[in-house]
Amino acid sequence: MNAFKDAGHLFRLAAVFVIGILAFLGIRAVLVPKSFGQYGHYRGDALAEVAARPVSFAGHQACEDCHTDVLEKKKSGRHAHVNCEACHGALAKHANDPGSVQPAKLDTAVLCVRCHEANIAKPKGFPQVASADHSNGMPCDTCHQPHSPAIDGGGTAKETTKETAKQ
Amino acid sequence: MSVTRRHILLLLPAAAVAWKHVLAGTPEVSPNYKLSEHWWSMLIDLPKCIGCGNCVRACQTENDVPDGYFRTWVERYHVTDYDIENPHVDSPDGAKEGFPPSKEKGGKNFFVPKMCNHCADSPCTQVCPVGATFIAPDGVVLVDKKYCLGCRYCVQACPYGCRFINPQTMTAEKCTLCYHRITKGLTTACCEACPTGARQLADLKNPNDPIHEFLKTHNVQVLKPYMATHAKLFYNDLDGSVR
Repeated sequence: MNAFKDAGHLFRLAAVFVIGILAFLGIRAVLVPKSFGQYGHYRGDALAEVAARPVSFAGHQACEDCHTDVLEKKKSGRHAHVNCEACHGALAKHANDPGSVQPAKLDTAVLCVRCHEANIAKPKGFPQVASADHSNGMPCDTCHQPHSPAIDGGGTAKETTKETAKQ
Repeated sequence: MSVTRRHILLLLPAAAVAWKHVLAGTPEVSPNYKLSEHWWSMLIDLPKCIGCGNCVRACQTENDVPDGYFRTWVERYHVTDYDIENPHVDSPDGAKEGFPPSKEKGGKNFFVPKMCNHCADSPCTQVCPVGATFIAPDGVVLVDKKYCLGCRYCVQACPYGCRFINPQTMTAEKCTLCYHRITKGLTTACCEACPTGARQLADLKNPNDPIHEFLKTHNVQVLKPYMATHAKLFYNDLDGSVR
């Protein structure tokens, strides 16, 4: 048994390795978050954390639940497909507490031209005006009602879809 | 009793069912939201984009994006006659305030909204050394703010330039596809604010989503298909000059 007479060294070395591996596993168990690897090589809890952010835009469904009169007006006009918050801005606060949070009054001189100011890069079928010489400085809502902007009261939803299809 | 081959064969289906449960994962993001039932994407209908910048403003409001940084932005392309290799592109302040009148005359002009492509094989998640960015099981590419070191590998890896380091938190930031909204059944802020319907959130796993009919009947393209990122931001009627 000469070959094994110094086997004690090997046992000590093995012990060092075992302790090292145990320490690694122990530290790893403490440091790696519980949800890491739940769905993949990342923290599963991160999904819920990202999703926990509060909402700023209430969504048109929330608006339409109360403002049925506006919905009715919009339905037959050229702006039927424009969501409320596209012009009125983010109003989740108002939707959650309609009593105390009131939306700000809008300025049509600013809002309308955002979309309808003429620009060479806009789709050809989109209604555009050079605001400087279109209205003689009058605010847009003197003639156009934003919820149903056609002046003669015409401009059915059907026409709108035709227009969109053409583009 | 000894275990025979017959016993093992009987156990296999049970093991398969159990493994399926392990793969599915137990906790979910929101009580009525099933991660495994969605595969999110977005459709950008370019002929409808009017460059108003509503999406950019909505995104900044919804997600507190710092000034001068963008999770989505709109570019204006100007292509002179045949020179489609060299389009003139501008995007003043990401089109947050829309576009001034074009300086260029004639040629071909159009707007292109840009944002994270939520690639199914995203280069940005592959380079993250710590597992701080990932493709969620519902197809959305997200960043784990608590885990991100701010090393910027992902910012360089994104072929679409859609990531930045948030100057306040010094962590990587990008479009979350309004994850806090879509998990509650709402659409994204940019889609909600788009007045022409040029942006539409789409769920590829939902067989009733209009996206399927649209993809069948239109000339749809993704950006940089040669990068093999399997981008899920589908552009209708995309011009060849768009980079």
